[in-house]
Amino acid sequence: MTVETAAGPAGSAPPEPELVQLLTPEGQRVPHDRYDALIADVGPHDIREMYRDLVLARRIDSEAVALQRQGELGLWPSLLGQEAAQVGSARALRAHDHVFPTYREHGVALCRGVDPLRLLALFRGVDQGTWDTVGSRFHLYTIVIGAQTLHATGYAMGVQRDGAIGTGDPDRDTAVVAYFGDGATSQGDVNEAFIWASVTNAPVVFFCQNNQWAISEPLERQTRVPLYKRAGGFGFPGVRVDGNDVLACLAVSREALQRARDGEGPTLVEAFTYRMGAHTTSDDPTRYRLDAELEHWKLKDPIERVKAYMVRNDIADQAFFDDLTAQADELAERLRTQCRELPDPEPTSIFDHVYVEPTPQLVAQRDEMARYLDSFADQEVAR
Amino acid sequence: MSVESMTLVKAINSGLRRAMEGDDHVLVMGEDVGKLGGVFRVTDGLQKDFGDARVIDTPLAESGIIGTAVGLALRGYRPVCEIQFDGFVFPGYDQIVSQVAKMHFRSGGRLRLPIVIRIPYGGSIGAVEHHSESPEAYFAHTPGLKVVTCSNPADAYWMIQQAVTADDPVVFFEPKRRYYEKGDVDLDSADSVPPLESARVAAPGTDVTVAAYGPMVKTCLEAAAAAADEGRSLEVVDLRSLSPLDLTPVVESVRRTGRLVVVHEAQRTLGIGAEVAARVTEECFYSLEAPVQRVTGYDTPYPSARVEEEYLPDLDRVLDAVDRTFAF
Ligand SMILES: Cc1ncc(C[n+]2csc(CCOP(=O)(O)OP(=O)(O)O)c2C)c(N)n1
Repeated sequence: MTVETAAGPAGSAPPEPELVQLLTPEGQRVPHDRYDALIADVGPHDIREMYRDLVLARRIDSEAVALQRQGELGLWPSLLGQEAAQVGSARALRAHDHVFPTYREHGVALCRGVDPLRLLALFRGVDQGTWDTVGSRFHLYTIVIGAQTLHATGYAMGVQRDGAIGTGDPDRDTAVVAYFGDGATSQGDVNEAFIWASVTNAPVVFFCQNNQWAISEPLERQTRVPLYKRAGGFGFPGVRVDGNDVLACLAVSREALQRARDGEGPTLVEAFTYRMGAHTTSDDPTRYRLDAELEHWKLKDPIERVKAYMVRNDIADQAFFDDLTAQADELAERLRTQCRELPDPEPTSIFDHVYVEPTPQLVAQRDEMARYLDSFADQEVAR
Repeated sequence: MSVESMTLVKAINSGLRRAMEGDDHVLVMGEDVGKLGGVFRVTDGLQKDFGDARVIDTPLAESGIIGTAVGLALRGYRPVCEIQFDGFVFPGYDQIVSQVAKMHFRSGGRLRLPIVIRIPYGGSIGAVEHHSESPEAYFAHTPGLKVVTCSNPADAYWMIQQAVTADDPVVFFEPKRRYYEKGDVDLDSADSVPPLESARVAAPGTDVTVAAYGPMVKTCLEAAAAAADEGRSLEVVDLRSLSPLDLTPVVESVRRTGRLVVVHEAQRTLGIGAEVAARVTEECFYSLEAPVQRVTGYDTPYPSARVEEEYLPDLDRVLDAVDRTFAF
């Protein structure tokens, strides 16, 4: 039996609407009435730097996948295919804007100056996130789906209360961005975040990377309408952008972030993209999706089109590409070495940060653990 | 007699299959339970055989999974909800504690919610945060919920079927680190299976009683084997049901041994061990030769994978606690 509803059989794909695109998959720059102005200042140097980010993000990712295969990491959620959505949106941020990521925002982390080694440490299982969230304004990864969207909204409410929006001072006005996936849009938390942001007019951008899949569940298990259209019902604008087009992601994010900074409230950006790899290194996508789909999306690769554009417009010469390859190799090499050298934590360190001040009970348990572990040390010596 | 050797995953899968064959109102619902067969493959093949109206890939929302299961149950269905990992039950916690647990009570017994909530739990799989927790005490603390956990494939096969046919809501904890360990399952032993709410002696012994459940039962059986080499006889009790808690075999055992060690992965404070200790103290005060010892996770959030083995009880920590019971 198949359950039918008035709108058609459950599971049929929502119709594909227009999306904002500035660079075609072939690397052709296409004009856009609204968004050209938002990237008018982007020159050859900026393009090269964004291309660098894209390439480095992909390289960090492939190195991490390799490290996981070699047993150096417990798990890795690959960002393969989502580089443009992440780099485009992250490069639209100003230094004092604040980011609330999921667990897949490695490209955003890179742009925020977080050492990728810190991401590896988390997935190696030596810590749960030790980067400087205050300095980088890149919050800790959040694995519980959707929870961070409320945190971002609350942070934005704080920004509002500090008078850090709508002053016209670019060094003061601040936006907050919450990243999340298409699956996350089903969570209560995400819908509550939309409501909170809407009624408080909080300076937050909801940046949804619609990579078409939530593990094995295709988009149509989560929605019957294009995701960006959900925003309308909550009372703020939504826009769908080609998530594999770094320029379009930059332009659309700049507009949304500036609205937030100007005190005009939230925006939902749906970056239409594709998870080209497995959900994580534990996943086997051959069980639920067809190779043909991946082949189709490979033609829309987010990096290739920028390269084509650069070559066609003499934005970079071979020396640039060679240097970048060398830089990526060097980064990968450093990460490989340093990841392997990350020391395991001291067992008793698990007691260190449960509370601001350790409780007597925890001090007693720490001592108990230490005594127990020491009893083995004695045995070693005795042997 | 048909005895098959199978993994714990396969045992739950087979038990679910049998439950679905036996009653066409049994539904399976959760994230990725359809084509993928769940991230652990517990529901592998069920959607193919029973269709997507009975095996439902739900939207990604645990409160929705449990809340709609309540409605389906009110309509006469028997939903079996899968929560993908222990740490992800909490968005559904409100529905479980405030709605599922209380409906029968509130309605004066008129409304039953025969819902099963399956939760893979526990650590030692090298996972990232939220994937290794043991939240069973939160549920056992809630009247109206039955809370059970299996430790081996045979129990898994039968207990899941008993949970599905139970008329009370059952939170069914599955020891994920044991998922791929094999054991013999007698598929025809329906008449001799113990009730769902019963504890069971997993290994007889005479010197010390060790009570455990779920993933720790095997650890304790290994400890018993090691202790035997040193001339000490441990009696291991598999609690199986945490609410109601069946302490009959524990009490009976402690009256003989005078010593009790309780073992679980969950944090110590207000865990199942605390309840066992209190009840055994009440029932066996004059038999006890030593205070009840608890071997548990420490009172910290579940730590990073690279230190989890120091956090979790293991064979040595169980034996250390056994030694402590002789120090009085
Ligand atoms: C509350 C919660 N439930 C379940 C999970 C398990 N889980 C991890 S990722 C994932 C799918 C997420 O899909 P989506 O939001 O589209 O993001 P993507 O992983 O595709 O980037 C699920 C179900 C979780 N992390 N948190």
